Amino acid sequence: MRRILLAAGLMLAAVTAKAEPVPADWDAVLAEAKGQTVYWNAWGGSTTTNDFIAWIGSQVQSEYDVTLEHVKLSDTADAVSRVLAEKTAGQDDNGAVDLIWINGANFAAMKEADLLFGPFAEDLPNWRYVDVDGKTVRTDFTVPVEGYESPWAMAQVVFIHDTARLPDRLGSMAALADWTRDNPGRFTFPQPPDFLGATFLKQALIDLADDPSVLQNPVEDADYDAVTAPLWAFLEDLTPNLWRQGRAYPQTGPRQLQLIADGEIDLALSFSPGEASTAIANFQLPETARTFVLDKGTLGNASFVAIPYNSGSKAGAMVVANMLLSPEAQARAQDPGVLGYGTVLDMAKLDEGDRAAFAALDLGIATLTPEQLGPAQPEPHPSWMTRISADWTTRFGVAE
Amino acid sequence: MQRIAWLPALTLAAMLGPVLAGLVGTILPALGYFPAAGADRLTLEPLQDLLAWPGLPRATWLSVSTGLLATGLSLAIVALITAGWIGTRAFRALERLLSPLLSVPHAAAAFGIAFLIAPSGWVVRLISPWATGWAQPPDVLIVQDPWGLAMVAGLVVKEVPFLMLMTLAALGQTDANRALTVAQSLGYGRITGWMRTVFPRIYAQIRLPVYVVLVYSMSVVDVAVILGPNTPPTLSVQIVRWMNDPDLALRLQAAAAALLQLALVLATVTLWWLAERAVAWLGHRLIATGARGRADRMQRQLGLCAGAAVAAAVLLGLLSLAVWSVAGFWSYPDLLPNSLTLRTWMRHGPDLWTTALETAVIAVTATGLALLLALGCLEAEYRYGLRMRTGGLFILYLPLLVPQTAFLPGLQTLLLSIGADAGRGPVIATHLVFVLPYVFLSLGDPFRAWDPRYGTIASALSASPDQVLWRVRLPMLLAPVLTACAVGIAVSVGQYLPTLLVGGGRVQTLTTEAVALAAGGDRRAIGVHGLVQTLAALLPFAAAVLLPTLIWRNRRGLRHG
Amino acid sequence: MGERGLRLSQICIARGEAILLELDLHIAPGEVLTVMGPSGAGKSTLLSLIIGTLRRDFNAAGRVLLDGRDITDLPTAKRRVGILFQDDLLFPHLSVGENLAFGLSADVKGRAIRRARVETALDEIGLTGFADRDPATLSGGQKARVALMRMLLSEPCALLLDEAFSRLDTARRDQIRALVFDYASRRGLPTLMVTHDMADARAAGGKVIQI
Repeated sequence: MRRILLAAGLMLAAVTAKAEPVPADWDAVLAEAKGQTVYWNAWGGSTTTNDFIAWIGSQVQSEYDVTLEHVKLSDTADAVSRVLAEKTAGQDDNGAVDLIWINGANFAAMKEADLLFGPFAEDLPNWRYVDVDGKTVRTDFTVPVEGYESPWAMAQVVFIHDTARLPDRLGSMAALADWTRDNPGRFTFPQPPDFLGATFLKQALIDLADDPSVLQNPVEDADYDAVTAPLWAFLEDLTPNLWRQGRAYPQTGPRQLQLIADGEIDLALSFSPGEASTAIANFQLPETARTFVLDKGTLGNASFVAIPYNSGSKAGAMVVANMLLSPEAQARAQDPGVLGYGTVLDMAKLDEGDRAAFAALDLGIATLTPEQLGPAQPEPHPSWMTRISADWTTRFGVAE
Repeated sequence: MQRIAWLPALTLAAMLGPVLAGLVGTILPALGYFPAAGADRLTLEPLQDLLAWPGLPRATWLSVSTGLLATGLSLAIVALITAGWIGTRAFRALERLLSPLLSVPHAAAAFGIAFLIAPSGWVVRLISPWATGWAQPPDVLIVQDPWGLAMVAGLVVKEVPFLMLMTLAALGQTDANRALTVAQSLGYGRITGWMRTVFPRIYAQIRLPVYVVLVYSMSVVDVAVILGPNTPPTLSVQIVRWMNDPDLALRLQAAAAALLQLALVLATVTLWWLAERAVAWLGHRLIATGARGRADRMQRQLGLCAGAAVAAAVLLGLLSLAVWSVAGFWSYPDLLPNSLTLRTWMRHGPDLWTTALETAVIAVTATGLALLLALGCLEAEYRYGLRMRTGGLFILYLPLLVPQTAFLPGLQTLLLSIGADAGRGPVIATHLVFVLPYVFLSLGDPFRAWDPRYGTIASALSASPDQVLWRVRLPMLLAPVLTACAVGIAVSVGQYLPTLLVGGGRVQTLTTEAVALAAGGDRRAIGVHGLVQTLAALLPFAAAVLLPTLIWRNRRGLRHG
Repeated sequence: MGERGLRLSQICIARGEAILLELDLHIAPGEVLTVMGPSGAGKSTLLSLIIGTLRRDFNAAGRVLLDGRDITDLPTAKRRVGILFQDDLLFPHLSVGENLAFGLSADVKGRAIRRARVETALDEIGLTGFADRDPATLSGGQKARVALMRMLLSEPCALLLDEAFSRLDTARRDQIRALVFDYASRRGLPTLMVTHDMADARAAGGKVIQI
């Protein structure tokens, strides 16, 4: 009797435990995705990104019967903590998050804690177009991706300047410090630990360091004080000449654009080479805005999407990730009238028509050509960002 | 017979349950007990971590100083305007602006003010560069200043209308006009006479609302995010930041800070209470001297200017939101945009519609529940003669006297711990906590003022208690019921923190969207959302005024009733 | 069927320890009994005892019998005691006709029939064609007549008058008073009138008791 009960229990368990979709069997994935709803948790502070995500939603809806809901976050970390909390509470199935716009420290944390589904990325049908050699899509802030997240956009640091007031580009962080000394109050950066603000600190660290290669290893392996000494000296010098004498900072990247439009600053930082052109088109920047990169180059990284281990719509989420890699979506994302994000695809791998679509894009008046952008500098190990952000807060973030 | 006698108890539970549960959910993690993050032993570590945060002294001081300043200024302005101008045409003009000013959500008002007073804002543009010579906006720290003055301004323009409303309600129960006449006939100036004869009586009645303002100002988040300093921010803002950090361990620190916030509020309210005593004692000494007061004229002008400035700040702020929502490129020092476009509205339209619908569902449900409970309580009071004492009034105010940042994080943590899914349900329940007191307060007076002989007559005509309620009492009280609904909806629409924390970020209302957009800094999008948010709060007020006039257009006895 | 009329048997109303009033009386059908006394003597309290709205801080002993029926513990709606206050208390949200229909017993069924009864009632008090009027547009005397008729339409078995005529000007007062007493005697209603006006008592012509 007991044995029969046990067998029945096992059978029941086998029936109720949902089989994970197998990414390599794409037809099965498509079949399973039909009718699923995918909650994509992505930063919601940018109107243009929101519009693009809505467009992706309409595409997967009509082509694959997948419903995409954009959960607008003020911070990607919200989604990470949500998944973490669900895991702690034992909710291993049907979690609230199906897809996360992610990279860097958040990816490292989630991968480390086994919170991600995968590997799946390199099995997506559109992976065949991805530029795996020329673009950093297989490592994310030095952490190996190993198929646990799928790239969808390339980002590179550029400086946006209003040429009506700052006509010439600045070649280095030292030149930036000189210029702010002559023009106090005309530059600022988002307040760390904001992502873009922390990026400014990293960019300065790389540009000022004698040997940036130590940054590729965890911060614990380096002589932290010696490596960061030039950065703090630079900031001590720079801060009094910042907008509002460094007593207040914009809270996010887009706030800087508003400050340029208000005539309060002349120079800002962006992680998207096309953002300036898009902002001009949306009346958020004057038509005199242009972009530049530093002589030694600037930081670059890829934006990814990842699927939490407890998502109830993994197949649907993969369909969305694949749609993001389609030449049509990539060309749309690169259009400065839409997003102005760099593509992750290799032009050589595309067919004639798709290549033409990319070539026909008018990158916009303020966007640098790929040649002008130059190769992107690799991101430091994520532990650097955490450490210097915390240090900055102690030194400058609680001033007065 | 006693079918509805249990309603007061249920109301109490709906109002205090979440607050108490939230406080428990705050205290436990503050002492290190938070199984969801793997912390299950009592320790003082969270408290020590909090004390080690370098921003703590300033953040704490900011909360206290901005709270006291905002409350003191608001009260002073209200007292000066009422004392100097009641019964005049200027006062009636301000009075008419009261409802619209009240219904503008805090966040929308804060955006408007931010654009008005910024160095590149409207006021400076108006006089630049022709008068100031500023070809570029001056690099002065106005918005987000480290002293929190901009934030105080943002709070004052919203709290003055609230305290004014409470003062007007209290005036109805005070024989103010004759007291003032007597004082004036004894040779006292208008303001001096008022302050010495009427104000003490008014203050006794608006004391709890004043405490509400004090607690709210000390713990506000949305206004502080938009106008407050960031190096460091106020304690409340920092609590919310820690709550949203991916590192769950920081929730413990947030809980410890929430506990500190509670202690801080208690201490400050006690301080205020002591100050009341001191002022009263000084006042009596002053009155005994018989001094007639000299600066009357100046004080009157000051009061009027302050009142007009408050109204103008909110209304001009709204106007600036409207202009931004249709602006093409618009740079300093242009007073108006280069071109106008409907593009921002077209872009946000579809999304906005969904969000507005969600906002409406939450507001209408919470208000409906609040109305049901409040009506039930008042009806039970009427049928069974259950009178509410001063203690009852205090309980009514209690949810408004506990700082939101002290119990909402705990409520979220608690929901998380018991695995309850965040979503619309818990959000509505939390909104109810804040909507209920306001609905109750605005219904209570008209209901108790209703002539019970109408009920006796109807009963004598064989109407059952339910029939008396539905066929006589409610129709006669249609106007106050609708006003209470409008108040409830406005309160719900304006809720930021309860929606954000209890909704786990997945319930998006016009207010959370607007504050999230504030982070993005896209003023056009903020303009659109701020306007729609204001409309969502204002339309019910308009309906509350128009509907009774429309429904009872042929019933003279119910107009102005 | 027991004794006709309104009997107040061994009534004693107290507030805490203090006894407010003690009464034992009978009002025959058609008789008007006048109760007079200074304010605070408990005149209105007596009326609320009879109609069933006595406040909780009072306690009362004794029984109230109407046509032999013990109504002491019945809810107001079941007592069939009509009352008129010094204010007309017409429901301001209802038209004149709807006010009357509110009083009309629910046993009278059918829209047309109810409407006809209301019209007849209006004819009776000289307000023909007033059914759709807003009560706020009526004169004081007209309102008083509507209030009286509304009460009569509910077919009460007894009538209470709580200073019912004190708000009317002298000319109207006699007219309305006569109308009320006329109806009371025609329908054989035991009537208890509380007043401080001797003229009211004289016009009633019945017994007067001082409390």
